[in-house]
Amino acid sequence: MRHLLDFGGWTRQEVESLLDTAKVMAEVLQRPVKKVPALQGFTVATVFFEPSTRTRLSFELAARRMSADVVSFTAQTSSLQKGESYKDTLLTLEAMGVDAYVIRADAAGVPHQATRWVKGVVVNGGDGRRAHPTQALLDAYTLLEALGSLEGKKIAIVGDILHSRVARSNAELLPLLGAEVWCAGPPSLLPQALPGARLTPSLEEALAEADAVMVLRLQRERMEAGLVNLQDYIAHYQVTEARLRRAKPQAPLLHPGPMNRDVELEGTLADSERSLVARQVQNGVAVRMAVLYHLLVGKERA
Amino acid sequence: MILIKNVRLVDALGERGPADVLIGEGRILSLEGGDAPQVVEGRGLFLAPGFLDLHAHLREPGEEVKEDLATGLQAAVRGGYTDLVSMPNTKPPVDTPEAVGALKEKAARLGLARLHPAAALTQGQEGLRLTEAGLLKAAGAALLTDDGRTNEDAGVLALGLIQAAPLGLPVAVHAEDASLRRGGVMNDGRLADLLGLPGNPPEAEAARIARDLEVLRYALRRSPVPPRLHVQHLSTRRGLELLREAKRAGLPVTAEATPHHLTLTEEGLRGFDPLFKVAPPLRTQEDREALLEGLLDGTLDAIATDHAPHTLAEKEQDLLRAPFGIPSLEVAFPLLYTELHQKRGLPLPRLVALFTDGPRKVLGLPPLHLVEGAEASLVLLSPQERPVDPSRFASKARFSPWAGALLGGWPVLTLVAGRVVHQALEP
Ligand SMILES: [Zn+2]
Repeated sequence: MRHLLDFGGWTRQEVESLLDTAKVMAEVLQRPVKKVPALQGFTVATVFFEPSTRTRLSFELAARRMSADVVSFTAQTSSLQKGESYKDTLLTLEAMGVDAYVIRADAAGVPHQATRWVKGVVVNGGDGRRAHPTQALLDAYTLLEALGSLEGKKIAIVGDILHSRVARSNAELLPLLGAEVWCAGPPSLLPQALPGARLTPSLEEALAEADAVMVLRLQRERMEAGLVNLQDYIAHYQVTEARLRRAKPQAPLLHPGPMNRDVELEGTLADSERSLVARQVQNGVAVRMAVLYHLLVGKERA
Repeated sequence: MILIKNVRLVDALGERGPADVLIGEGRILSLEGGDAPQVVEGRGLFLAPGFLDLHAHLREPGEEVKEDLATGLQAAVRGGYTDLVSMPNTKPPVDTPEAVGALKEKAARLGLARLHPAAALTQGQEGLRLTEAGLLKAAGAALLTDDGRTNEDAGVLALGLIQAAPLGLPVAVHAEDASLRRGGVMNDGRLADLLGLPGNPPEAEAARIARDLEVLRYALRRSPVPPRLHVQHLSTRRGLELLREAKRAGLPVTAEATPHHLTLTEEGLRGFDPLFKVAPPLRTQEDREALLEGLLDGTLDAIATDHAPHTLAEKEQDLLRAPFGIPSLEVAFPLLYTELHQKRGLPLPRLVALFTDGPRKVLGLPPLHLVEGAEASLVLLSPQERPVDPSRFASKARFSPWAGALLGGWPVLTLVAGRVVHQALEP
């Protein structure tokens, strides 16, 4: 694979091979000395045009655990609006000898655009509403840990589907592993169509017999834009203990974070045994190590 | 005096010839030859009346870094345009007689294409208080419009139509319901959802056209002289249907479509390239087909470029921030000659009419045909193919979604009232 932008054109075999590598990386992270020389001599840049400390730290840690050099660029959205060009930023980094760029942006397509400008490999660290492929990979990894296999499993994704890059990427990825993805949310927050997923305004329908439930963060700006009313949302779409009874017993709960407790999900659920939120964060580093490794030295998709 | 020999003639009336066209004193003196110091061999070429563009953004005053009168009008003559309407959404907007007069004067000194400035319909293009139509007309304004902004207040638009009517000034509208459009950057639909980009629904255009047609009915009823409404850059099937009905009902409305809406669709955005970001957005193939029908059945009166130059750095931002617009003065005719005439069979006289008589009628100008005694504002066209090369544009905006496309129908000689303003003849 040359870049990781989204999962268009990916095969099940490629995903499984990447997740197998992640397993090896997870094992490395269990060792007393959590470092391997796999990416020695490579330079990885995290280029965050939209701030996201968690994702950036996860990628930087992943790169360092494999002995890569790491440079980090964060821009304020305001400076972009003044016309500061992200093309120039990327070309500057390229001149400094960067091999891989992890790009995060509030606009869909920026990592795609970047591949036209730089010679190095590009990893989509989340672009607008479009995609967040490493999040989906770590979700898949976490789900596989919990469920063994995703073949024929029903995964419910709940919340603001329309604006969610996490939902889009999971809807692309999980069906490749045999899962059936259901997305539920208020009608104003559902897209017209989402390849790979079944869309429904009924939370009950999505949760029925679900093998796992992924809850999305509800952004305050959606309320300000009048797309949803907070009390209505809580009344109809909050994932609660009672509603979860429709899902399979002990169906695990995932959340890409950061959580709005008692908004998109009942606060107590976040700390319950069902919650895999901490596992997701932990697996994020191993998965990102696997991605960087595959892109920079693996030749599987060359 | 110039003699163009053995050239085929094409205008709104049809194709004929070959003829030997003798030009002098700013007129077509003869179609049967004569003596001239300059002789152009026209074998294999077409001669047409000079084109008129109803909708170009020349960015002067205020944003000369994107374009100025000199580069914009140079681009125009290279594209075969002898006349051009500049949009008033400059910085500041052209909303005073002084601003209109200054533009006209400067353009006249440049001696390229003739400029017909559009003036703002409302002060500052804010949609609230009307500009002084009479004085603007006297200063040389050819059209009133708040293009770039949408006229939210229907009452203001109605008064604007009534005020402009006795002056013979058409009022042009950027028909888009701003509240339905919201932050949309591409056509709203499955593809926008898939690409994760905010959509601008086709209904935003149709809803506003429907309203504006009712506003026109009201103005028509209240005005002693019939007002004229011109709908800019049509992009949707539904919008076109509304116009077709209105025209059948005899409403005094005209409409234009752009080269990009006639040749491209939303699919252009699959690769996340802001070059394809325009307002209104590129729509679906179904919408495009409807526009092509509209060209044939007369629902569309004119092809207007909406030439919208920007700096490359601005266009290389992301899709949320990059500005809307494509520069197209220099490729409009070759593009449509190739895509609509050659590939889709749109008759050449109809295509030429959409660049000449159609837009002239919108401005209230008489038709211009290739007959003895007619004004010699002419364009000589070559069917020979060559690729689009934006690096050679006269426009400051040297990028194009059609870069590399092999097109025929390039203007090789442009004359404004008998004077050569563009010459690219093979030696
Ligand atoms: Zn407009």
